[in-house]
Amino acid sequence: MPKVHVTASINGEPAEFLCDPDKSMLEVLRNTLGLTGTKEGCGTGDCGACSITVDGRLVCACLMLAVEAEGTEIGTIEGMAQGEALHPLQRKFLEMAALQCGICTPGVLIAARALLEKNPDPTETEVRFGLAGNLCRCTGYDKIVRAVLEAAAEMRETVA
Amino acid sequence: MNVITDKLQVEDNKWIGTRTVRPDGADKVTGRAAYAADNTMPGMIWGKVLRSPHAHARILSIDTSKAEALPGVKAVVTAKDIVEFPLDKSVMLGIQDMRWMCRNVMAREKALFHGHPVAAVAAINEEVAAAACALIEVQYEPLPHVIEIEDAIRPDAPILHDFLKFQDKPSNISATMTAKLGDVEAGFAQADVVIERTFRTRPVHQGYIEPQACTVSYAADGRATIWSSSQGQFMVRAMTSLLTGVPQSHIKAIPAEIGGGFGAKTIIYLEPLALILSKKSGRPVKMVMSRDEVMRATGPTSGSFSTVKIGAKKDGTIVAAQGTFYIQAGCLPGGPLRGPVGCAFAPYDIPHVLSVGYEVVSNRSKVAAYRAPGAPLGAYAAECVLDEIAEKLGMDRLEIRLKNSAKPGTKAAYGATFGKVTFEETIEAVQNHEHTKAPLDRNPRPGVKRGRGVASGFWYNAGGESSAQLNISEDGNVLVTTGHPDVGGSRASIANVTAELLGIDHGRVSVQIGDTASIGFSNLTGGSRVTFASAMVVTQSAEKVIGQLKERAAKIWKIDPEAVTWENGEARPAGPNAGQFPPLSLKELAAKANEMGGPIGAGVQLNTTGADPGFATHVVDVEVDVDLGIVRVLRYTAAQDVGRALHPSYVEGQIQGGVVQGIGWALSEEYLYDKQGRLDNAGFLDYRMPVCSDVPMIEPLMLEIPNPKHPQGVRGVGEAPIVPPLAAIANAVYDALGTRFYSLPMSPPKILEGLDAAG
Repeated sequence: MPKVHVTASINGEPAEFLCDPDKSMLEVLRNTLGLTGTKEGCGTGDCGACSITVDGRLVCACLMLAVEAEGTEIGTIEGMAQGEALHPLQRKFLEMAALQCGICTPGVLIAARALLEKNPDPTETEVRFGLAGNLCRCTGYDKIVRAVLEAAAEMRETVA
Repeated sequence: MNVITDKLQVEDNKWIGTRTVRPDGADKVTGRAAYAADNTMPGMIWGKVLRSPHAHARILSIDTSKAEALPGVKAVVTAKDIVEFPLDKSVMLGIQDMRWMCRNVMAREKALFHGHPVAAVAAINEEVAAAACALIEVQYEPLPHVIEIEDAIRPDAPILHDFLKFQDKPSNISATMTAKLGDVEAGFAQADVVIERTFRTRPVHQGYIEPQACTVSYAADGRATIWSSSQGQFMVRAMTSLLTGVPQSHIKAIPAEIGGGFGAKTIIYLEPLALILSKKSGRPVKMVMSRDEVMRATGPTSGSFSTVKIGAKKDGTIVAAQGTFYIQAGCLPGGPLRGPVGCAFAPYDIPHVLSVGYEVVSNRSKVAAYRAPGAPLGAYAAECVLDEIAEKLGMDRLEIRLKNSAKPGTKAAYGATFGKVTFEETIEAVQNHEHTKAPLDRNPRPGVKRGRGVASGFWYNAGGESSAQLNISEDGNVLVTTGHPDVGGSRASIANVTAELLGIDHGRVSVQIGDTASIGFSNLTGGSRVTFASAMVVTQSAEKVIGQLKERAAKIWKIDPEAVTWENGEARPAGPNAGQFPPLSLKELAAKANEMGGPIGAGVQLNTTGADPGFATHVVDVEVDVDLGIVRVLRYTAAQDVGRALHPSYVEGQIQGGVVQGIGWALSEEYLYDKQGRLDNAGFLDYRMPVCSDVPMIEPLMLEIPNPKHPQGVRGVGEAPIVPPLAAIANAVYDALGTRFYSLPMSPPKILEGLDAAG
């Protein structure tokens, strides 16, 4: 089957690529476009390590066909910081040691950003349910939840 | 909370004990950190593994000709390409026997589990490699299989290995271990109360989120480079060398960032296959496991079947303890017997102990280490029986532990005589904590019951070989290289120690993990040893560097090096008699280094000792929904002697992470097999690890009681936290329901069944 030409926006920049129609967005991000910050933990949508946003919506890149990216705005971990300025979530994760091995971190950060965009003032329970699709095996989640709550508080202050 | 019981120069420390940003942090929050599967090379091709469709089968023949003829296929490997280690001669690499490792990476005489590798292919892309695997014709003679311990030790059980004998008969019992103290029968005769119970646990997987992956490039000069994710690049080099016959000196193993290991990545699966595929094809070969392959074919830890008997006097003095632990090894020998056998009763001063372990092979993937290997199995049984003894005697559950706590000079059944013992402190920390004193609303709403449980745990900890190199750059900053893959923030601790010792700003220290060609031998990241051992070699390296800096200053000032001190990152004359000179900073000395004797730097290689054991005591509140059978953990507090927390956040992180793994083990994780011996839940949907909404905050109580045998007082912390949770949660569920569960996980069906049986 011939490859499909796909045009999309990735992290605010125009992107185009050719892909087989059966390739996942995750495979194209990692192997075609070299955006390896998005991780594969399971390939079945159960771990959230490949979380990206598509037109602002949180998606597991392993469950999305790359051809579905046509005309969309894709957000990955590589687009989260603005140059040297880390996103408040990224900064809080570092300050509060919310990562150990770090393999789940890109997906957790993308999911947390999507959560805060919908709900800027979440309770601990809302953070826990908002991140329930992102497995972390190192931290026991404690420091992740605290860092998200702190980042949310800081972001609310900045807006206000 | 941070309880500091000994003021080991704490007030003077500027960096040790502070929560600095880790050196590898920015890379890890921006997606730049390169894990094994992120590597790519020009000309790279892809490898895939063909796995056995049978749980147990003799391999009669393998025909790879059709696969090799498929366009795009570059190489095929089978067992005949792997170095064979004959069955009658043990060749050990650390704790791994190469006889079993060579049969684990590729099935040889027989396929021993569903998913056992039988061949591997390298091709221009993953699709062609997969198509080629399907073209390999393997003739199998299926054999009866056996999965569970009880079935594998029956007299009529299918025997996995004819060469394994137990009591002179072919058997699936592949090893035994005994720890003995006093005379256990005489001990029980003195007891006023004796309780004996049998417990079962299921195998659980380490559950690291990063599947195993590697890229291997074998060059025309016979030298190979390996990029892979492991808990030890030197282990990768040595084991790959042994399995491929390529000399160690011709292999460079580069440690990628590791996406979790928890013990499992102390052995290898893909690297030798990829090396041979690369050698045959002349191309770099990349191999990445799927999650299904990880679950099915890499080692989980052992399931177990244990009987524990404890005898005590009326006043709560334990007089005798006996444990019989059957643990799974998977399809080849090599299970963690010393975990349950040595650790189960180790926190206590018991005069008569008999602890016997049996390791049992069956048609499952070979087990791999998992955080305090085997210790949670023993502690689960021992700490539950201890709870029953306390109840029968009407004693407080923490008080009975305190009364029997090991003390300096106590002899443990596994052989050690304890020096400094810090177990009592962990019990007292829990006793005095607000959690323990808080009232518990036992019936908050209809159909919901709450309970509280406690348990303790022990882990040996370890020292061993470590290397460090500390170099001063021309601009006066510091680069530290160690040989240990950083699984949970060890670089952050090393940066704190280095900044402290040299008296410079933390931001001027970089820490990297060297490959096998750029740093001296360093043993595995495991056994809770890395921060202990690497802080020791980094300290000695820093002391040497400070010595060099003082010599340089002395040369510049033309005074005796003895007359120079190093303070706050500067060389100063030691006193008025040494002369009057303005201080020389690290930056100034570095700038003058080349004209004053050459580059400044030093390294130390050491077999470290003095890693005293770790103790932990936990308290947990649970809530059981009696209609749905769901157990929820409401509150968790974990006390542990951590020695000195070089970076408190990552010490807390070890405790919090270990506890939540224990919660999964206790409540939801288990390997389930179908009747054909195939793993039924080889994925994160059906193998249920705790997610964020399953657990509460985990409160770590770090007791900083410095280890006197370490320059900063460090004690290993990574493993002890997973030892108590199984029993603590089981004891809490009993406290809630009045029904005791003797098997894990306490999943909803099991809770409902137990409640039904209890009426």
